[in-house]
Amino acid sequence: MEYKQQYELNKGLAKMLKGGVIMDVTTPEQARIAEEAGACAVMALERIPADIRAAGGVSRMSDPKMIKGIQQAVSIPVMAKCRIGHFAEAQILQAIDIDYIDESEVLSPADDVYHIDKRRFKVPFVCGARDLGEALRRISEGAAMIRTKGEPGTGDVVQAVRHMRKMNAQIKALVCMREDELYEEAKKLQVPYDLVRYVHDHGALPVVNFAAGGIATPADAALMMQLGAEGVFVGSGIFKSGDPAKRAAAIVKATANFTDASLLAELSEDLGEAMVGINESEIKIIMEERGQ
Amino acid sequence: MTIGILAVQGAFIEHERMLESLGVSCRQLRQKSDLSGLDGVVLPGGESTVQNKLLRELDMLDPLRDMIKGGLPVLATCAGLILLAEHISNDPAVCLGTMPVTVRRNAYGRQTGSFMKEAPFEGVGDVNMIFIRAPYIEEAGKGVQVLARVDGRISAARFGSQLGISFHPELGGDTRIHQYFLQMVKGRKQN
Repeated sequence: MEYKQQYELNKGLAKMLKGGVIMDVTTPEQARIAEEAGACAVMALERIPADIRAAGGVSRMSDPKMIKGIQQAVSIPVMAKCRIGHFAEAQILQAIDIDYIDESEVLSPADDVYHIDKRRFKVPFVCGARDLGEALRRISEGAAMIRTKGEPGTGDVVQAVRHMRKMNAQIKALVCMREDELYEEAKKLQVPYDLVRYVHDHGALPVVNFAAGGIATPADAALMMQLGAEGVFVGSGIFKSGDPAKRAAAIVKATANFTDASLLAELSEDLGEAMVGINESEIKIIMEERGQ
Repeated sequence: MTIGILAVQGAFIEHERMLESLGVSCRQLRQKSDLSGLDGVVLPGGESTVQNKLLRELDMLDPLRDMIKGGLPVLATCAGLILLAEHISNDPAVCLGTMPVTVRRNAYGRQTGSFMKEAPFEGVGDVNMIFIRAPYIEEAGKGVQVLARVDGRISAARFGSQLGISFHPELGGDTRIHQYFLQMVKGRKQN
């Protein structure tokens, strides 16, 4: 099949995930809890970001055997992470028939200059972005879905909010520009003119945009959806909390009904302990700065 | 005319844009209170497990089933078809169960098995069909009219006022299947 058709199918799968919650899971058991709670997809990884942060050292793609166990446990799409620029890890994930690859700053970058040429793959990629320039660079490399980077494994939503607001402000600014100003803007953003033109004409990215990084409560999910996210990733927030099944189900419902404050109040009740969380000023590794 | 589009999860905006481009007003269905005064309903693509769960927990399942059984026209695509099916051959979780068909979930495997193919759709003509982790209809029960097949497998069928499609007519720019559905809605309004 030609690349263009494959890219349409890959962007299409991201559209089917919209309005949903993608949950980090480390075991088949957790994957089943996530699916039963209403996750629209799971991200299979050996250690959730909070534990990666705590353990330190180099963090790599997960064991394919572990990923396969999760693929067998659930019927929803299964995603997995590879290191930024590590196209061999991506080839391996494609070989085990993963549904989506996250070229992720959560793992240790394998290349400090180049991202993966994602157009060479059949399987779709999602990538993190802090602003419009990063998002459009990843899209021009072939990403079929974008998410905010946030600051993973902190339980602190401030960076995700910052990234989503910045991206939306830049999109609005681009829409308001005169057509003859778009060439200069493409130069400033370091992205192809055609993508700048698309955003100017449509007032949106050409792919789905989710929120990720630090989302830990139903209110966090509702906040990100009201700020324009099309769905959310929840990493450490669920399985680092006191009652994962209940919290996961509450975040799913909050994402579906993100403007109904009385329902959100009900959903926020009695969820047990939230993940402890670390403030941005207290962390040593800044993951959002990886891969720009 | 008002068409309700189930909006608990999935690609509902795409249906809304397509119907609005045809001059139809739409309402997003997120809660039970959204379900009154509709002339037709769309069950969009998404994850059927999530939609099934939320329909139950938001108390929308029973009223929606009654409306469809009462003859309210419904367009169900991909996950929506799974919600309508009376039987799912590889999953015990039946949702609305109003259409006498047996459906296979994720019938073409994972995302690398997703594909596009042009095939004839009865009453519409040749259509470029987009299959994403798609189901297909294994068995069509009594009274079910098969409208399209791809590689011998049923990709679209109609049972009275229920139109079940395993691909995504809401992606791409072809509005003919939505127009076909609107004819069903108009036909019912006149009777």
